[in-house]
Amino acid sequence: MSVISDPHIFRHPPPSLTANNATPRIGQSFVQTVSASSGAPLIRVERASKRFANGVQVFDGLDLDVREGETLCILGPSGCGKTTLLRALHGLLAIDSGRISVAGETVRRPRRDVAMVFQHFGLFPWKTVARNVAYGVELAGLPEQERGLRVERYIDMVGLQGFERSYPYQLSGGMRQRVGLARALALEPRVLLMDEPFGALDAQTREQLQDELLRIWEGIDRTMVFITHSIEEAIALGDRIAVLSPRPARVREIVEVAIGRPRTVEQVIEHPSFVELRERCWRLLRARAA
Amino acid sequence: MEKAEVRESTGAAAQAERPRRLLAWPRSAREWLVRGGSVLVVLVAWQLYAPHVNPIFLRPPSAVVQSFADLLRDGTLQSATLESLRVLVVGLAIAAVGGLLIGVASARSWVLYNGVNPWITALYSTPSVALVPFVSLWMGIGDGAKVGVIVLFAIFPVILNTQQGIRYVDAELIEVARAFNSSERRLWTDVLLPGALPFIFAGLKLAIPRALVGMVLAEFLISVGRGLGSLIIVYQNTFRVDRMLVPVIVVSAMGVVLIAVVQWLEGRLAPWARRDR
Repeated sequence: MSVISDPHIFRHPPPSLTANNATPRIGQSFVQTVSASSGAPLIRVERASKRFANGVQVFDGLDLDVREGETLCILGPSGCGKTTLLRALHGLLAIDSGRISVAGETVRRPRRDVAMVFQHFGLFPWKTVARNVAYGVELAGLPEQERGLRVERYIDMVGLQGFERSYPYQLSGGMRQRVGLARALALEPRVLLMDEPFGALDAQTREQLQDELLRIWEGIDRTMVFITHSIEEAIALGDRIAVLSPRPARVREIVEVAIGRPRTVEQVIEHPSFVELRERCWRLLRARAA
Repeated sequence: MEKAEVRESTGAAAQAERPRRLLAWPRSAREWLVRGGSVLVVLVAWQLYAPHVNPIFLRPPSAVVQSFADLLRDGTLQSATLESLRVLVVGLAIAAVGGLLIGVASARSWVLYNGVNPWITALYSTPSVALVPFVSLWMGIGDGAKVGVIVLFAIFPVILNTQQGIRYVDAELIEVARAFNSSERRLWTDVLLPGALPFIFAGLKLAIPRALVGMVLAEFLISVGRGLGSLIIVYQNTFRVDRMLVPVIVVSAMGVVLIAVVQWLEGRLAPWARRDR
């Protein structure tokens, strides 16, 4: 297995894209459209279809582009196949027809430069916080010294200093998901796939972690696909929101969130465009299948 | 004072209109009091009743204690215990390691799983005692045969628990391993074996009492040697019911100690298992 030699495992987004994205986004007015200044598609979903063995058609001819450097929220009614779509994006699940590609390569199995955060946290109960965070970078075959640095850096970034030797059962739900986040971030992936990561948390912890994620995102500036069924969460975190229809899922509309960064959940909620965005998403979710 | 205490504690205690003094004690103290009391009452009744029975059938606890001391003094008990322990430890070790290997091998390969399981199910469902004569026929009457009987008794719970433990490892965690590009070897060391560990320990705890049955039974059915089971037979033949009970007590103490050892090991190796899941 050529783990270490894989050239773009830990590469940061190319400088041109970073510059292109970060600079205009800060302080950007909500009236502007983001689309013109955003990067080229990094992830492409083209006419993807998936039917489960029990005959359920999860999605049928679904098209979706994720641009380099953006946060795309996928918003849809429960059970519409959001998680299935994300698993397909990561190659954990094969689609029946169509194509999913990352950076031009068709996805067949999980890539080293894509990391996932799970709704169920997915922590190993028998590993300490530090060992859980180290899991991904260990498997990626990083040298031990670099692993140690990464673990330390990302444990600090998610605010878990002092809990390195704790076990997951000793942590609250919010802290557990911080571990899950640090584990994915430690890989310094090109793409972060977030599968309703805050869905299992209470409202307050959820909001706190949304703010943390916004803050962390400023520091890393990576492409992120974020699954949620919460309209507010999608607006707070996303640059664009892909609203899905009920099964078989299709992208009903892509809503641009023209709220500048850096931003906090509070700023988003108080933003003049928030109410309008929420209503638009709400109507899209409520509309009967077209 | 009592009333104030009752009012402080909620629920069940508040429902009791007239709390008795004992209920005001901490719960664990109350429970231990009842346990100790129960043992004491039976021992006292036994002590008082025994003199009225033919001593061939029943001797009082005091006589058992006396015999215990006698057998310790002349070294009979020590040598019998060592003799039995030797066979037991070898048998249990083979059952644990063998059971673990068979369980692991058959857990992830559907061919092995389906090939091995009819036999395991059949042998585990058969009362193991019924198979002891076969073991003796094939392995003779020496220590080897006794070890064989212990393995026969103890291996199946280890196999089945290892197998089920691995098969029922949280599917979500297996997907996490896939999502992070785990190799098959790392999947075993990171996910499957640690996930199955609590089941494996449960299997060992089931195996210990069965191994002890095998140990005693082997001496009853295969050959009378110098172990604890043999002592029981020897003293039965000489109508020493007080001495007969001594090896019985030692055997049950062995069970208690061995299970405590496994439990301690589990606490060391699987500290997460006690609380969360």
